[in-house]
Amino acid sequence: MAELARDTLREMQLRMLRIRAFDERASKMVKRGHIPGTVHTSIGQEAQVVGATMALGTGDYMSGNHRSHGHPIGKGSPLGPLMAELVGKATGVCKGKGGSLHLADFAVGSLGESGIVGSSIPIANGAALSSKVLNNGKVALAFFGDGAANQGVLYESMNMAGVWDLPMIFLCENNQYALSTPAHTVTSGNIFERAAGFGMPGIRVEAGQDVLAVYDAVSEAVARARAGDGPTLVEVMTYRYNEHSEGLKLGTDYRNADEREAWLKKDPIVLFRQYLASQGFSEEELDGLQATALAEVDAAVAFSDASPYPDLSVAFDDLYTDKESAA
Amino acid sequence: MTVMSYLGAIGAAQREAMDADERVIIIGEDVEANVYGTTGGGKSRSDKGDFLQRYGKNRIRNTPISEEGIVGAAAGAAMTGLRPIVDLSYSSFLYMAMDQFVNQVAKNRYMFGGQASMPVVFRSAMFYGLNTGAHHSDRPYPMFMNVPGLKIIAPATPADAKGLLRSAVDSDDPVLSFEACLLWSTKEDVDENEFWVPLGVARTAREGTDVTVVAISSSVPEAVAAAEELAKEGVSVEVIDPRTLVPLDRNAILRSVAKTGRLVVAEPAHRTCGAAAEISALVAEEIFDSLKAPIIRVTAPDMQIPFSPSLEKQMYPTRATIAAAIRRVVDLPALQPVAAAV
Ligand SMILES: Cc1ncc(C[n+]2csc(CCOP(=O)(O)OP(=O)(O)O)c2C)c(N)n1
Ligand SMILES: [Mg+2]
Repeated sequence: MAELARDTLREMQLRMLRIRAFDERASKMVKRGHIPGTVHTSIGQEAQVVGATMALGTGDYMSGNHRSHGHPIGKGSPLGPLMAELVGKATGVCKGKGGSLHLADFAVGSLGESGIVGSSIPIANGAALSSKVLNNGKVALAFFGDGAANQGVLYESMNMAGVWDLPMIFLCENNQYALSTPAHTVTSGNIFERAAGFGMPGIRVEAGQDVLAVYDAVSEAVARARAGDGPTLVEVMTYRYNEHSEGLKLGTDYRNADEREAWLKKDPIVLFRQYLASQGFSEEELDGLQATALAEVDAAVAFSDASPYPDLSVAFDDLYTDKESAA
Repeated sequence: MTVMSYLGAIGAAQREAMDADERVIIIGEDVEANVYGTTGGGKSRSDKGDFLQRYGKNRIRNTPISEEGIVGAAAGAAMTGLRPIVDLSYSSFLYMAMDQFVNQVAKNRYMFGGQASMPVVFRSAMFYGLNTGAHHSDRPYPMFMNVPGLKIIAPATPADAKGLLRSAVDSDDPVLSFEACLLWSTKEDVDENEFWVPLGVARTAREGTDVTVVAISSSVPEAVAAAEELAKEGVSVEVIDPRTLVPLDRNAILRSVAKTGRLVVAEPAHRTCGAAAEISALVAEEIFDSLKAPIIRVTAPDMQIPFSPSLEKQMYPTRATIAAAIRRVVDLPALQPVAAAV
């Protein structure tokens, strides 16, 4: 494991705390009707998200899915415009046109989250293709779930990335369920082992609640991609604490309570806090990170609250680059 | 000026676009070997103008047979600095990539509040009229006209094929080009220098005063032939080729029908929710009072395409079926019963 600068370690914890605080607040706001529609939280999966995003540079590309807030936060996108987007305000990162499911912040390489399971995987693959053709040293990463791992387009994309040696990372967030469906009931074999069929390395991070374990695995994949040695499939084992989406109430108990308890004991933020304390971070400093994250989320909500809703005419902008082409 | 075929004009436009901008790449199945005739100089790899030799494997990329993955990757590449031309060969294969067209290509710019631009061209050939049976004979452009965010061209002449493709490549929005194979070998004088035909501007293929025929793709030469036929009987027919279906040059159509008072719309796509239906509705909504006769559509019927040449022949508009429709709107007696789909 590489020695990481204290600033990097601190930043990892801060980003995980940001995601936790942001999603906990978003969950409340959905239940109070403050956020329209629903959201899918990454609570419990922070190590997997931040370990991956921090292994990328700001200039690198990423696409994501419906569990969508952690990815841009992990990539360094400011919280205010993200929160404003969830609420549907004019100052949202997508001007209120995308919402939770379609966050994108091109300024940090976030090419967009997707409401269609599996659909954004080839987008990141295409970004990797342009890095290759333009020879600009950037890499691309696609986040997708264990459910999306059974979409055909993943394998079309892996094949293309493999045969073209694209600087690409396929990152499977295996939280072991696709909505109510346990992964093992719909998935033949192991996801990471499917990489072998495409002649690319496939790695499973069993310790997916350990941000450093994820960071190390993805960093290796990034180094390989940047060196021109092609794509990697990384499967990270993790767990979501909340229901599939906020407000969703399912009649059947598809996850048992013991399982959840066991995962709660491996909370990524608690684990990393212990690690940081063992590395000489003071309790005060660690509490300070927590306070910072909460304050940032408060500020993001205040920013959203103070922002206007979009002018109605905005609904008719940005279909094409020229307004005349729209009917 | 030099004589070019429709296919040759597309090849010329691709070469010009590749020369003009290093960000333009061509990806698709079998493009390296120039199987479809738009990425080469001649029959052999050593021929002058072979794209692989000229531009190299980095910019001319054979793909696996993975339409969904190809279309998605082209979209992602377009969002990050390339300007891909995707050769999807047959337009029936676009269905394989429907999710990427509808959910990513068409929606990303809008959903992301204008952050994405999507400078990518998807070319495909409509292989109808060639006895290839139902799987290869589709004319699917109306389905895509129903998806806001896509631009759609359907050139009917070599010159338009060249000039529209240059504009499509230069567009920062995604453009789908539907090219009728029946037109591939048509030839005309085309400027060998660079030129651009703007998107969204119709062409008057023939001027006239009594009837407007709006014709699309391979129906354009059929409509012109019908017009010449009717001219002998003293009927003056104007033929409008929209060339671009999205954005549609509404004004050109409305101006012509306002002048003639009669409209026939001819296209090779299915009848229900086709481009002809849209154009008819537009005219009925906007200038109903100018109409002297009901609008008539001449389209393919809502039927799959049969293989047997004797059966397939009757499926698309011809000069005879278009002429029959024109006769009806000007109250001329029908010449003979026309069996085909009107
Ligand atoms: C193509 C498609 N099919 C189904 C859905 C409905 N759906 C949304 S999320 C989801 C589960 C996805 O599971 P997974 O990929 O494992 O991601 P997770 O929610 O576990 O993070 C389903 C079935 C969808 N949005 N898109
Ligand atoms: Mg899952």
